[in-house]
Amino acid sequence: MKKEVILATKGLSKYFLEPVKFKVLDDVSFEVMKGEFLTIVGKSGSGKSTLLYCLSTMDTDYEGELLISNQRITGQKADTLASIRNEKIGFVFQFHYLLPEFSCLKNVMIPALKLGEHSYEEIEEKAYEKLNILGLADQALKDASKLSGGQQQRVAIARALINEPDIIMGDEPTGNLDSKNTAIVFDIFQQIAQDYGQTIIAVTHDNDFAKASHRTIEMADGKIISHQKIFE
Amino acid sequence: MRLKVNYDIAFTHILTRKKQTLVAAMGVTVGIALYIFSNSIVSGVSSYTKLNMFKTIPHIRIHKEDEISKSLIATDSTTFNLISNPKITTTSKTIINPYGLIDQLKKQPYVLNAAPQVNVDLFYSSGKSQLKGMASGIDVQAADAMFNITSTMLAGNLENLSSDLNGIVIGRGIAEKLNLRMGDNLSIISSLGVSKVLKVIGVFATDNRATDDSKSYIHLATAQQLIGGNPTSVTDIYVKLSNPDSSGVYAPRLQQLTQYKVEDWQIENADQLAQSKLTGTMTPLISFSIMLVASFGIYNIINMTITQKMNDIAILKANGFKGKDIIKIFLTEAFIMGAFGTLLGVSIGAILVYIAKGIYVGPPVGYFPVRFDASIFISGIFFGLFVSLGAGYFPARKAAKIDPVDIFRK
Ligand SMILES: Nc1ncnc2c1ncn2[C@@H]1O[C@H](COP(=O)(O)OP(=O)(O)O)[C@@H](O)[C@H]1O
Ligand SMILES: [Mg+2]
Repeated sequence: MKKEVILATKGLSKYFLEPVKFKVLDDVSFEVMKGEFLTIVGKSGSGKSTLLYCLSTMDTDYEGELLISNQRITGQKADTLASIRNEKIGFVFQFHYLLPEFSCLKNVMIPALKLGEHSYEEIEEKAYEKLNILGLADQALKDASKLSGGQQQRVAIARALINEPDIIMGDEPTGNLDSKNTAIVFDIFQQIAQDYGQTIIAVTHDNDFAKASHRTIEMADGKIISHQKIFE
Repeated sequence: MRLKVNYDIAFTHILTRKKQTLVAAMGVTVGIALYIFSNSIVSGVSSYTKLNMFKTIPHIRIHKEDEISKSLIATDSTTFNLISNPKITTTSKTIINPYGLIDQLKKQPYVLNAAPQVNVDLFYSSGKSQLKGMASGIDVQAADAMFNITSTMLAGNLENLSSDLNGIVIGRGIAEKLNLRMGDNLSIISSLGVSKVLKVIGVFATDNRATDDSKSYIHLATAQQLIGGNPTSVTDIYVKLSNPDSSGVYAPRLQQLTQYKVEDWQIENADQLAQSKLTGTMTPLISFSIMLVASFGIYNIINMTITQKMNDIAILKANGFKGKDIIKIFLTEAFIMGAFGTLLGVSIGAILVYIAKGIYVGPPVGYFPVRFDASIFISGIFFGLFVSLGAGYFPARKAAKIDPVDIFRK
C-alpha cells in the first residue's frame, strides 16, 4: 500500500520581532506520512515548539505553506482553522490543561461535544472507551483536579483521541512525567500509530522516546539538520 | 435535552463559583431595585402634580380673548401718524352659540367631555371684611365629571348646587378668612357691580392655596345674572382630553373649529412643567449611573474568571472552539448573573414601592406619591439584562482574542 502524505510544509519561515528581529524558523520543508510516528528533537531554543505551533494551525504568522490532507491551511480564516483543529488534530502538551471543574469523562467529551457529530450518549460511551484504553476507566467520574500528574496526562491524551483525529501533536508530552508514566504514554502513541493509522508528531528531548519512533527530525537554529528515516 | 457544550461550560463556571456569582448579581439587584424605586417615585410625583393641577385647570380652555380697540381711521406710511388711544374693548366676554360649539367639540374622538362655565370676578364680603376672588358658574354634573370636585368637598354636597340658585360652594381659605360656616350668608359683588347674597352650602379644598383662597362654585344661572347676561351666556368652555399629554397636538386642531382662543394647559403651565421636565431628564441620567455602577460587579467577576481561566480558554481554542464560542460562554455567564440579579432587583423594587405606597405623609399629599407603573418594571428588566450583557461582552471579547500559543509557551 502506497503511503499518503498527511501533512506537508513548503519553505516555512518565521521571524520574531521582539526583542530583536531574528529568524526562528528558516525554510523548513518536510512531509509527514499517514500513520507515521514522527519525533522532533533539537537543543533547547532551536525552534521545535515554534514549528509545532505553526503545524498546529494555531500560529498563522509565518511565511511559506502548510498543507494538511492536501488542503492548503495557510491563509484560511480563524474559524475555519478552529474547525479543522476540532476535527483533524488532537493535542497533548507538557501540561495537561484539563478543565478543573469538570470530571475526567467530561473533559474527554468536550471536543466531541463541540464537533457535534454524535449524540451525547454515543460521545459518553466513546469517552469511556478512550479512558479505558488509557487505563483510567475507574477514574472517569472524578474531578480532573483530583488525579495524579501521570493520570491527568493520560486523560489529556484520551481527550486528544476522542474525535479520532488524523494527527496527534505533542509538545514534550512526557516532559513532566516519571519514567514509568513516560513508558505508558510512549506505548500508547506507538499503539495508536500502528492500530488506528493515526499520525503522531511529537516534540521531545527524551532520546529513548525519539529512538523508538518511526522517524526523527533534528533541528538547530530553526533549520532541519537531519532526517533519520526508519519509516518508509 | 442536553445543554449545548458552550452553555454547559458557562453553567459549570457559575455553579462552581456561586459566591462570586451572587456578589455580581447583588450589584445588579441593588441597581435595579433603586432604578425601579426612584422611577416609581418620579412617576408618582409627576402624576400627583398633574392630577393636582387638573383639579382646578382644564386640559383645554376656550374663551374670548381681550381685544384691543383699533383706530377707526386707516393709517399707512403715506399719511400722517394719528394719535390714538388703544385699550381693551369693553364688549361682552361671552361666547356666541356656546352650545353649538360644545356639541361640535364633543364629536372629536380625542375629546372626552366639554363643559360650559361662566367665570365671574368678584368680591366676597362678610361684615366689614372683603375678599377678592372668582366664582365659577357651573353645570354641576359636567364640571364634577371634569374636575371631580366632589372628591375635594370638605362639607356639604356639590349635588345640591344644581337645584339651588342661591347656594355657593366656597374654598376652604375663603371660609377661614371670612369665618364662614355651612348655612351662613355671604354677599358677593361682581366686577359689573351686581350684588347678591348667597348661602354657603359647601366647602372644598384642593390643597392649591391660591385656589382655595379665592374660588367658589355657583349655579350657572346665578353667574349669568352676575355678568348681566342671558341664560345662554357662557364665558369659558372647558375641554377634557383622553390624553392630556398630547394637548399640544389637539389644541391647534380644536382652534380650527372656532375663532375663540383655545388655550393648552401645557402652555399655560409651562413654568411648572419645566420643573418636572427637568426631573424627567435627570432620572434617566441617574438611572444610567446606577446601572453603570451595578454592572461593574459583573464586569469584574467575568474579567477575573477570564484571567483565572486563561489555560482553559487556550485549550478550548486549541480543541476547536471559535472566538464566538468563547464569547457565548462568558456572555451566558454574564446573562445568568444579570438575570438573577434583575429578578431579585425587580422583586425588591416592587416591595419597596409597595411599602412606600402605604406610608402616609400627611396632608396635602396624603399617601406617599409613588406609582406602580408596569412600563418602569419592564424597562427595568430590559435595562438590567442589557447592562449585564454589556458588562460581560467587553471581557468576553478580550477572552475570544486570547492567542492560545501565548499561553502554551509559558
Ligand atoms: N514569543 C516569542 N517572542 C520572541 N522570541 C521567542 C518567542 N517564543 C520563543 N522565542 C524564541 O524563539 C526561539 C525558539 O523557541 P522554541 O520554539 O520555544 O524552542 P524549543 O521549543 O526548541 O526549545 C528561542 O530562542 C526562544 O527564546
Ligand atoms: Mg519547546
